[in-house]
Amino acid sequence: MLSVFDDGNIRDRTAIVGIGQTKLGKLEDSELSLACQAISLALDDAGIAPSEVDGLSSSLLEPAREVQVAKNVGLGNITFFSQVGYGGGAACGLVGHAAMAVATGQCNVAVAWRARKRAAKNSRPWAQTSTRLADHTQWSRPFGMLRPVDEIAMLTRRYMHEYGATRDHLANVALASRAHANRNPNATMYEKTMTREQYMDARWISEPLCLFDNCLETDGALAVVVTRADRARDTSTEPVLIHATAQGLPPQHQTMTNFFNDDPLRGPAWVTAAKLWERADVGPSDVKVAQLYDAFSPLIPLSLEGYGFCKRGEGAAFTDNGNTQWGIGTLPVNTSGGGMSEAYVHGFNLILEGVRQIRGTSTSQVEGADVSLVTSGEGVPTSAILLTKAR
Amino acid sequence: MATDPMATDPITTTPETTDPIMSPDKPGAAATESQWLFPDLEDEDAGPFWQGCAAGELRVQTCEHCGAWRMPPRPMCPQCRSIESRWVTTSGQGRVWSFIVPHPPLLPGYSELAPYNVVIIELIDNPLIRFVGNLVAAPAAAINSVDPTSIAIGEAVHVTFEKLDDVTFPRWIRQ
Repeated sequence: MLSVFDDGNIRDRTAIVGIGQTKLGKLEDSELSLACQAISLALDDAGIAPSEVDGLSSSLLEPAREVQVAKNVGLGNITFFSQVGYGGGAACGLVGHAAMAVATGQCNVAVAWRARKRAAKNSRPWAQTSTRLADHTQWSRPFGMLRPVDEIAMLTRRYMHEYGATRDHLANVALASRAHANRNPNATMYEKTMTREQYMDARWISEPLCLFDNCLETDGALAVVVTRADRARDTSTEPVLIHATAQGLPPQHQTMTNFFNDDPLRGPAWVTAAKLWERADVGPSDVKVAQLYDAFSPLIPLSLEGYGFCKRGEGAAFTDNGNTQWGIGTLPVNTSGGGMSEAYVHGFNLILEGVRQIRGTSTSQVEGADVSLVTSGEGVPTSAILLTKAR
Repeated sequence: MATDPMATDPITTTPETTDPIMSPDKPGAAATESQWLFPDLEDEDAGPFWQGCAAGELRVQTCEHCGAWRMPPRPMCPQCRSIESRWVTTSGQGRVWSFIVPHPPLLPGYSELAPYNVVIIELIDNPLIRFVGNLVAAPAAAINSVDPTSIAIGEAVHVTFEKLDDVTFPRWIRQ
């Protein structure tokens, strides 16, 4: 029983033992129904009964709330429930909170999930604007910087200016994700190939970003089941150890519109990465495959730099020559197709792909994948998890 | 390029917005409040900034105790934790730090003017103080009045002001 630890590090003390997902695409079911279906599939995958679930971890934007989920799936006494904020920055934090709760004995079996529908109002908080803005958005939206894509495009232009990054680098990201989706029958873009010419000819959304620099919009839900590593050996699937987790909110950061501090291009990924690697007994060079949050293509070079796969300013060039593409490069990134070509469910699908890589069941399986990184959104208060094979 | 209905709409702000009617000569002043987003002039932290704009001054909040400048305005100085602040009037001189050119789908009032520019300006007085705004060809010209392909990071600008409804917005024109 691993209930006491002396250094506060919960390395390898918990594991993901079940994953579940609904279809990803345009769906009729409600978010609540989708969430319950995904959780149910994840519990079946783990071979754990709903009555054994006693911990819940969800997004602050989650429409399927704990009480409803518990009533539908038939959960037992819930003794831990928590929520993590900041949209695309949250997903890995949900797993992190679940892992902490299990490791410290707050609960024995925790479920983390995310359900989202593209047309739902709460999927688009930026569209629910009153015409009188009293929060931080008053400094950007009245000037026509209305959408998340506009906010990230602004940082992208500055990044290109400082480091010589080009649209070709962003195309590298989009094309690698598309190539992976073309291998994944569950991906929205499974049957749609993309060429560099198609990328370059796509319509602008917010210059310097075009249509294919943006993620998809998807209906769907995904869930994972977390329990103690010692118990995980008895479950029906190969346990995937949660080796390390971290969250990060650096000084003077402002979510999405991070234009007002000393160094806007050094986002929350950096502090998250520093904590993650401090808690791990492996480093960036040990990572065989990475799922990096990709609501927008420029988040990939920024994350590659933040998590230490290259030096600052080198993230764009890192993507050259198929270096992030399965079967070609040194670090396959977003091997299910990611947010840009598999599905966009606030990055939760990246967590399931990170698990599949350790299990050896990805459609773009990286050989010998024993260390798998998953990150949540750069540009917002964020989180990351490092998954490893049980030794 | 073929438009795939499943492909993508991460950027839609309103379901009604359809492809744009480009009207490059339409002045921004024609927009009505219902189509534009406005600051809440009653906001306790930001109010003095907007009052400054109405008086034709670009003001920045500073700490009364340690003198540190801060933007956006907020109740407490992160350097010394004083809650006493003072507003100073800046020179209004700046440089383009970055810029974007949004295209539809956008909220209706903005969609009519697209493509337009949005810039971030760093102040000459203190380059760590930055403002989101728009580069315009002349005072009160529309936010699409400058050819976006002519904008360059680093170019020198100074502040001007444009009143829309009851709000005076800072705009930026080339030196």
